[in-house]
Parts: sequence; structure tokens; C-alpha cells
Amino acid sequence: MSGRETKTFVVTRFDPDRDEAPRTERYEVPVRDDWKVLDALNYIKDEIDPTLSHRWSCRMAVCGSCGMQVNGEPKLTCKTALREYGSTVEVAPLANFPVVRDLVIEMEGFLDKLQAVRPWIIEAKDAARREGTHRQSPEELEAFKKFSMCINCMLCYAACPVVANEPDFLGPAAIALGHRYNQDSRDHGAGERNQVFRGEGGVFACSFANECTEVCPKHVDPGYAIQEAKLLNVIDWATSFVVPRGKAR
Amino acid sequence: MIEVLQHDVVVVGGGGAGLRAAIAAVEADPRLSVALVSKVYPMRSHTVSAEGGAAAVAREDDSLEMHAWDTVKGSDFLGDQDVIQYFVEQAPIELALLENWGCPWSRNEDGSVATRAFGGMTTKRTWFATDKVGFHMLHSLFQHSLRFDRIVRYDEHFVSKLLVEGGRVQGVVSLDIRSGAVSAILGRAVILATGGAGKVFPFTTNGNIKTGDGMALAYREGVGLKDMEFLQYHPTGLPGTGILITEASRGEGGYLRNKDGERFLVTRDYGVGTKAELGPRDMISRAIIREIAAGRGVDGPYGQHVWLDLTHLGEDKINSRLPFVRELSTTYAFVDPVHEPIPIRPVAHYMMGGVDTNIDGATPLPGLYAAGECACVSLNGANRLGSNSLTECLVFGARAGRKAVEYALGAGAPDEARARSVTEAEAARLDALRGSARGEEKIPRIRDEMNRALEAGCGVYREQASMALACKELAILQERVPRLRLSDASRVFNTELVAALELQNMLDVAEAIANAALARKESRGAHACSDHPARNDAEYLHHSLVTRSAEGRPVVGRKAVTLGIWEPEERKY
Repeated sequence: MSGRETKTFVVTRFDPDRDEAPRTERYEVPVRDDWKVLDALNYIKDEIDPTLSHRWSCRMAVCGSCGMQVNGEPKLTCKTALREYGSTVEVAPLANFPVVRDLVIEMEGFLDKLQAVRPWIIEAKDAARREGTHRQSPEELEAFKKFSMCINCMLCYAACPVVANEPDFLGPAAIALGHRYNQDSRDHGAGERNQVFRGEGGVFACSFANECTEVCPKHVDPGYAIQEAKLLNVIDWATSFVVPRGKAR
Repeated sequence: MIEVLQHDVVVVGGGGAGLRAAIAAVEADPRLSVALVSKVYPMRSHTVSAEGGAAAVAREDDSLEMHAWDTVKGSDFLGDQDVIQYFVEQAPIELALLENWGCPWSRNEDGSVATRAFGGMTTKRTWFATDKVGFHMLHSLFQHSLRFDRIVRYDEHFVSKLLVEGGRVQGVVSLDIRSGAVSAILGRAVILATGGAGKVFPFTTNGNIKTGDGMALAYREGVGLKDMEFLQYHPTGLPGTGILITEASRGEGGYLRNKDGERFLVTRDYGVGTKAELGPRDMISRAIIREIAAGRGVDGPYGQHVWLDLTHLGEDKINSRLPFVRELSTTYAFVDPVHEPIPIRPVAHYMMGGVDTNIDGATPLPGLYAAGECACVSLNGANRLGSNSLTECLVFGARAGRKAVEYALGAGAPDEARARSVTEAEAARLDALRGSARGEEKIPRIRDEMNRALEAGCGVYREQASMALACKELAILQERVPRLRLSDASRVFNTELVAALELQNMLDVAEAIANAALARKESRGAHACSDHPARNDAEYLHHSLVTRSAEGRPVVGRKAVTLGIWEPEERKY
């Protein structure tokens, strides 16, 4: 096939069944000019080393499976063009996560954090079961739409300096998704979620390095979501002294 | 030691249909426990890649009858009309429910839900959330499901076998991909919601996980696969990758052009009439293939293509209505649709066929249900209309969930001892396969040969000789599978083992497709037979049903189609 250039891939390998510690393996791959990093990993798996383990599915930057460190930066490998890289490309599992095997990270912690922020519509306590749909203006939709674009790819956790030091930090994606519901005109659960946001590992643990927003492949802007959540929590907290909240907690 | 886990209902698959089924099941009875078993984390499911929208009557100028008629006609009269009637009635209810669960539907200025035009639909009835509808529906469903602690998730668990005992299904055998442990997950009812099987084709919009697992699981237990010859080619995939460019591009006003810049759907007669670019998918895909065959295609690095032109829509409309199309085109075809046309060609997209179910989602095997793309409830017949399938996941996912609960409440407890011994045998089979260095066959080679055989035999246009050849080649590949050589002996996250199991599933599905196609000697909907170019209602107005013989070979039978409202007529737009 024409237009093929060989690049060297230095891939981090780790199998807890046999390896004491992660090691690297080098693979020579004839790449096409339009390939992404993921295409090279799939070539390695099919043609060179069937024991390489990595997650992927949609290969169109929406399922969120294939996040990895590429030359030290968190990237969606299906969206990262090889033409942007030189002759050697390093691929490693996402930083700040335990590694299950090779390029596969441990996701369970995130699922717990996601559940903790109650990422669902919480109806008003006395709301009757609704027939049909809510009215929601385009402006009301705009208030949260950006934060609903999160594909849970975990790049923001790999980039976050707070996650690196405090594994229990809720983290950018989970906070952005909780904030997404707080900002949704159909939701009445901000009081509940703000309890979580103000708790240990909540929004105030964020040091506003904004690395999360820098690496987000979907422009969710979790950094902004966290700052907005902090501000609303300060207001909510201050207001609670002035107007006693009925049945808070 | 094999672990035996107890639940009431087991749902296999965590996409749109599986999540909706699980939620319906726990809501139907507060005492029940539901296992949601998925080979990926649910939000990775392929529902995530659907783009254009979900259909349900919403406007004053629309009616349930019009939605039903469009669907019947789109199906080339092979949709069951009682199923279609139920579907159009439930569709608005289900989409409104999802709105209440937080789905960020795009809105009109007055705050009502917006709708857009879609192929084969007479009016705007496709609800949308920009052009990431599947993504938003999936995440809304998944996040909503997190509020139910009686939905117990088994993420990254691969179901390798159904537990069938005493003539009814009693659970599944599940491989925990991360640990390699095999366990029995028991339930008095099982719902298959594993999605499609696009990966049997080499050029597909489908993600890597779409390997027909649920179809193969049911098929091996004697359940028929219905209407498998009907494979939808989406007209607009990116050459090379097969990435989907949504039909909403045309719904929002995009044009298809040949190498001369001509809007061939307007200037030539391809049967779509004044619908032009908004004709149904089967007809548009054929029109593109014929344009290319006539020498009016464009040369590209991945063969011939035509153009999808959005440049006249303007940057504002593209950004507000089709931002994902812009992102995909720019990232994967290096083309900005604001300024240049997008290269596209027809691409394997959706299985109209699947596990045979009735209107309740029940298969002929007691206790076994199926919903979504892995099922064939006979909503889509010979050709699905775009935006009906996301709604289908909700309508029939919910119904299967409720019906499975009704069944489970009346069914006896599973036979635990028997389940344990079957699971032990299955664990031994997987152990023998893992790292098996005895054979000489490689997974990627057999997969590639399967892909090539099916593409050559069951493309947009088919002919008897090529279909017969595909059947023969696939049968030979089946014989080679027992000689697979696997290199990875690790128990932890062994994706090679999973790929071997997926390959076995795909081969069963591929054989069902090719054999059903060979048996249908007419052209109907997506099944366009060059040597039998006309529809033949006298002989073929029925569903096909592929079952597995005692020797493991596909046998093609038939099943009656339910009419009742509309009689078949010529399908012309």
C-alpha cells in the first residue's frame, strides 16, 4: 500500500499474572498518513502481538473507551492523528489510575463518584407524575448543554493535579455532570448535590489548574463547571444563614 | 469454584434497549432484582454512536396513522402491522419519558421539543439533541438507571452461553473479562439486548463491539433468526473508516452530488420521486452504487465515492444543527463541510433481522426475551426508516422488561445444581480456548475472510451465484474455527479470548445472513437481487426464519407476516 511510513511505538505493558512492574515493548508499524494512534494499536494487536490489551469501540470519539497517554499527554487515541507525531510514539495507560492490564485502567472509582453526584433528574418533592414534556427554552438548554457532552473518557482525571494527590477527589467529569443537573431547569436536586459538592473531596478541593478543560476532547469545560459550582455553593451556604432551609438534609 | 449469582431477571447488554428494559423491570415490581450484564461499561454501548434522531409523532400536522403508514411502506410491507401500530402509539410516550429523565432534546423557541425531517418520513417527526442523539439518549438512560439499587451491574462481563434447562431459560454463563472468572448468573427470565452485528462486514458504521452476540446465543439454543437477509446500507459513510455521517445532514437540507456536481436523485429516476435526498435508505444506497457503476463516481484513496454537499447550509446552521458532522468530517476525512463537500459511500449500518420475537419481545424459548437491534420484532421489515430504531429500543425494551417480569413472577426457581455443572463445563471450554497453542488459524485472518465473503455475497446488490459462494465460504470458515491458535494465556483482561468468542458469534450470524439472502429470490427493501429484480408477493410475502440443525447447519424456513391494515402495493415515492 502506498503512503506508508514506519513509526516505532513504545507501548507500556503490564500483566499482573506475570509482571512485577510495568515494562515497555517496541513495535515497528507501517502507518498510513490518515491513521490515528488507535489504528496503530489495532495493527499491533492483529499483526504483531495478539497479547496486547486495550479498550476501544466506536473509533469516532464518542464512546469514550480509548483514552491513553500518548507521548505523556492524555488523548483519545481514536481522535489523535499520527501525522502530528514524529517517528517514535509512546503509548501508556492513562495517568492517575490503577492499571488492570497493559493499557486498560481501573474505572470502578469513577463509577462510584458518578453515582455520588446523583446524575439524574430529581423531581420536586410534591411533584405530580407528569404527562408529556417540560417546556425548556433554548437559553435554559444552553445553561447546561455543554456539561452534558461528557463522554466519560477519563482524560480530565489523568490530567488533574488534584486527582494525582487525592484519589478521593470527585474529579472534573463527575462534578461537571452533577453541575449539569443542577443547571437543568427541570431539576430540583441542587440541595442534595451541593451537600456532596461541599463534602470531603468535593468542589473546594479543586485548585483550578484548569488542566481538565485543556485536555477535554469534547469541550465540556469541566474547569468552568467546577468554578461555577463553587460559586453557587458559597451563595447557597451563605443564604442558608439568612433563609433557613426547610427540610435540608 | 464456580460462583452462582441469583437475580430475578437478567438483561444482557447495556445500550438503549437493555437499559430501558432493566428500568422497566425494576419499576414493574419493587421486589425484583435485575442483573445488567454488559461486555463493556454501559455508556460505551453502540447506541452512543447514533446521531440523527428518534421518531415519534409530535406535531399538529402529523398523525399516528401517518407514522404507521410511512413505516409500513418503508418496510416494503414486511413489517408486522400490529407491531407497527403499537410502536407508533408508544413512541411519543417513551420519548416524553426520556425527556423527563433529563435527555437534552433540542428545543423550539417556545420551549417545546424540536423535530426535524428524516428519510421516508412524510413530515418532521424526528426528535433530536443536535446530532448526538444516541449519545444523549444513552447517557440519560444510564445516569437515570444509577438511581435504582436493584439494578445490579456486571460491567465488562461477556455472556458466552445461555443456561437452558427443562425447556426454559434460567440464566447465563458470564466471563468476567477483568479477572477471567466464570460464573452463573441465574434469572427466571433473560432479556437479550446486545445490539447489531455490523462487524460481520468489512466496511461498517458499527463499533468494534457489534458482533451479534445475542443473536448467536439465541440461535445456538434453537431460537430462529428472522429476516437476516435484510441488512441496511446507510448511504453516507466516510470512505476508509465507515464512520457514519447522519441522515440529518440531508434532513437539514444537504445534497448528494456525483463527480459532475449533479444532484442525481433529482435529475435521474431512482424511484424516490420528489423526496430526492430524503428518500428511504435502501433506495438512496442503490442510487449511489448505480451512479458509481455508470462512471459518475469520484476516485478516492479508498475506491469510488460521491459527495454529500452541505456548503449551502452555511456555517451557523452546520454549527447549531450538525456540529458532530463537522467534527467527524474534519477529524476523519480532513474535510470541513462548511467549505467543501464530504466524500461518502454506502456502508453496512443496521440489521433489520435478529432474534425472532413476538410483539411482547418474547422468543419461542420460554423465559427468553429480546429487544433492540439484536431482536427482530418485525417493526422494520425489509427496510428500516431512519430514526425509528432509537425509539424502537425504548418502546420494545420497555415492553420486553415488563413482559419478562410477568413471566418471571410465574416461573419456578432455576435449577442451581444443574446450572453449576453446565457452567463448569463452559468454564472448561473457555480455559481450553484461552492461550490454546494447538491450532494454526489466526483470528484476524478468519475474520477478514468472513468480511470479504459477506461483502462479496451480500452487498447493496446481490446475485444468486455470489450469495451461494458466500454460503460455501462461510461454511468452510466454520470448520476452521476449532483450529484457532491463541497466544494470550493470561486470565486478566484477555481481549484475544473475547475476540475468539466474538468471532464464533459473528460466523453464526454471517451464515444466517448469507443463507437467508440466498433463499429469497426476489428484491424487497434492502435485499436487492440482480437476478430477481422485482418484488414477488405471491411467493415471498413472508419473513424468513433461519434455525440451526442438529448438525449445526443453518436451515431457512418462513414465518407469516401480519398485515391487517394495509395491503401491499407498489412501493414508489
